[in-house]
Amino acid sequence: MLTYYIKLGLLSIRKNPVLSALMIAAIAVGIGACMTIVTINYIMGGNPIPHKSDNLYYVQLDSWDPDEPAEEPNEPPRQVTYIDATALLAAGKASRQVVSYRTVRVVEPEVKDQLPFTANTRSTTADFFAMFDVPFLFGSGWDKAADDSLEQVAVLSRDMNEQLFGGENSVGKQVTMNGEQYRVTGVLDNWIPVPKYYDVTTGAFNDPEEIYFPFSISIANEVSGDGNTNCWKPIDDGGFSAFLNSECVWMQMWVELNSESEKTSYLSFMDAYVDSQKLLGRFPRPLNNRLSNVEEWLINQEVVDEDAQVLLGLAILFLIVCLLNTIGLLLAKIMRRAGEIGLRRALGATKGAMFSQQIVEAGIIGLSGGILGVGMTWLGLRAIERLFEGVSFIEHLVSMDWVMVLSAVILAIVSALLAALYPTWRACNIQPASQIKAQ
Amino acid sequence: MLSMQNISKVFTTDSVQTHALREFSLEIDEGDFVSVTGPSGSGKTTFLNIAGLLEDSTSGAYRLDGEDISGLGDKERSRLRNEKIGFIFQSFNLIPELDIFDNIDVPLRYRGLKANERRQRIEQAINTVGLGSRASHLPTQLSGGQQQRVAIARALAGEPRFLLADEPTGNLDSQMAEGVMELLEEINAAGTTIIMVTHEQFLAQRARRNIFIRDGRVSTDKSDTSLKAAASA
Repeated sequence: MLTYYIKLGLLSIRKNPVLSALMIAAIAVGIGACMTIVTINYIMGGNPIPHKSDNLYYVQLDSWDPDEPAEEPNEPPRQVTYIDATALLAAGKASRQVVSYRTVRVVEPEVKDQLPFTANTRSTTADFFAMFDVPFLFGSGWDKAADDSLEQVAVLSRDMNEQLFGGENSVGKQVTMNGEQYRVTGVLDNWIPVPKYYDVTTGAFNDPEEIYFPFSISIANEVSGDGNTNCWKPIDDGGFSAFLNSECVWMQMWVELNSESEKTSYLSFMDAYVDSQKLLGRFPRPLNNRLSNVEEWLINQEVVDEDAQVLLGLAILFLIVCLLNTIGLLLAKIMRRAGEIGLRRALGATKGAMFSQQIVEAGIIGLSGGILGVGMTWLGLRAIERLFEGVSFIEHLVSMDWVMVLSAVILAIVSALLAALYPTWRACNIQPASQIKAQ
Repeated sequence: MLSMQNISKVFTTDSVQTHALREFSLEIDEGDFVSVTGPSGSGKTTFLNIAGLLEDSTSGAYRLDGEDISGLGDKERSRLRNEKIGFIFQSFNLIPELDIFDNIDVPLRYRGLKANERRQRIEQAINTVGLGSRASHLPTQLSGGQQQRVAIARALAGEPRFLLADEPTGNLDSQMAEGVMELLEEINAAGTTIIMVTHEQFLAQRARRNIFIRDGRVSTDKSDTSLKAAASA
């Protein structure tokens, strides 16, 4: 009977093209508005590294002011000090560990007619690439030995390699940053983690950096950070070295821990480290160290903006309004067809058969609305892209994947079926006797 | 075959109660051709609706083909309508967007017959009413008489025990009406019981039994023999 109901549904849509088009449009507009916002929320709140997000932990040590927390109610600072980062790094208690901070460097191209330009760069330790599963187009990252021996090496993003070397394999070539020569060890393939979880302090939806170079050489060359730096104590005089020894937090630290027991051990190690520092007069606050996996960290940092969630609520309300309109239109359509419904009942259709027929038709309308809704969503996302043109991260938020396309279609069908329940119930209860004579 | 005992039907609105049928009793035998006449508002259509299980009676007993109808649920009533009753309506009641073949197919679909059997029944019914070449036509492409023939074919395809015809010639000119009446007589001659509501006395008299309803009751009930006797006297 399903094929029969589908055939009847299609005939009915053809018979009432205006009403049907209005219903499909109402669903499509509602789905389009809703899915545009849902898509943005979905991407903002998505897990950027699902296969290992439970093994990557962001490190927080509460080295802050004894009189007030870094953030209410009792949050430790979002970053760590140089002293603590290097101490934990040197202890090597995790299978992989990364300390990094964002910098800005002036790149001097080898090509004569290209002018020097500033590039967003990241100073990091060797494990960065393996820990975050960064894909390589050419070569690889550097190793720990390069970190230890202060080698001037670098990894380029695909775009930067395109800009400096025309996209060729540049491994072994030299890049000049702030007058210092770095040997290229690798070129990344396209890599745009959304959100940019490894450093949300510099904007969770900003582009990843264009050049990566060793943390050790960065410190040796006194390269200061370009991200957030927060201090609760004044810095002593003494330039970069005094800054390194200050209580200012400005680096991000991640560790890879492969089991719950490794996590417990590492947290104990962090607590023991802080206890040892307390003996030296540091860490005046009670123990409040944290290890947060990727998802916990993104939630903690409220990466999905509250405004986006309000907008989501409004979009859902809009969808409901569209569905109410659809209910009205479906009712009008069914009342128009009361004669046919009465006739079918007279000829032997049960209420169940009439219910199935109407629901299948609503499903077809929902499916059509869903397909059109995907198009509306695409238009909505393009409109947002145009509206926020120039905002660097927006392009990462306005793309649809298959999950969202499928979700849009399913949501449209479910919405249409829900909208059809009351009109269908009315259709099932049409009295054949009263309709047949009137037809 | 059809037995109604003391059937009453009351339509109630906020302020008015209308008695469409009062203590209505009737027995119809298998193979009969019964015409039902009466003035407007006498209860003819209500009788037909109750007989066709399109409406419930307010009180009384109704047995159809030996089966007590009272207390049957929607599924059972729908099954009985589908398998035992064929309907012919004054305004044909064809579905305009379905072609003739698909219109006749409607009750067979609800019976759950396989495609081959449905096709055989439909072709046979179309041929019976003489529209074999019009199977793929839409109802709007046919004359009124042809449309009524399609409606009869739709009723026949289900091989019902009896046909309920409500003013089957009411929308037709006399020539077309004659054609439809001849067809109904052929169908009755083949063994199908027919109950026909009509305003036209000359059509009613072609039935073997003529029931006259007034004020919701059977006023007169003349069988074939009494009709012939009256005619010869």
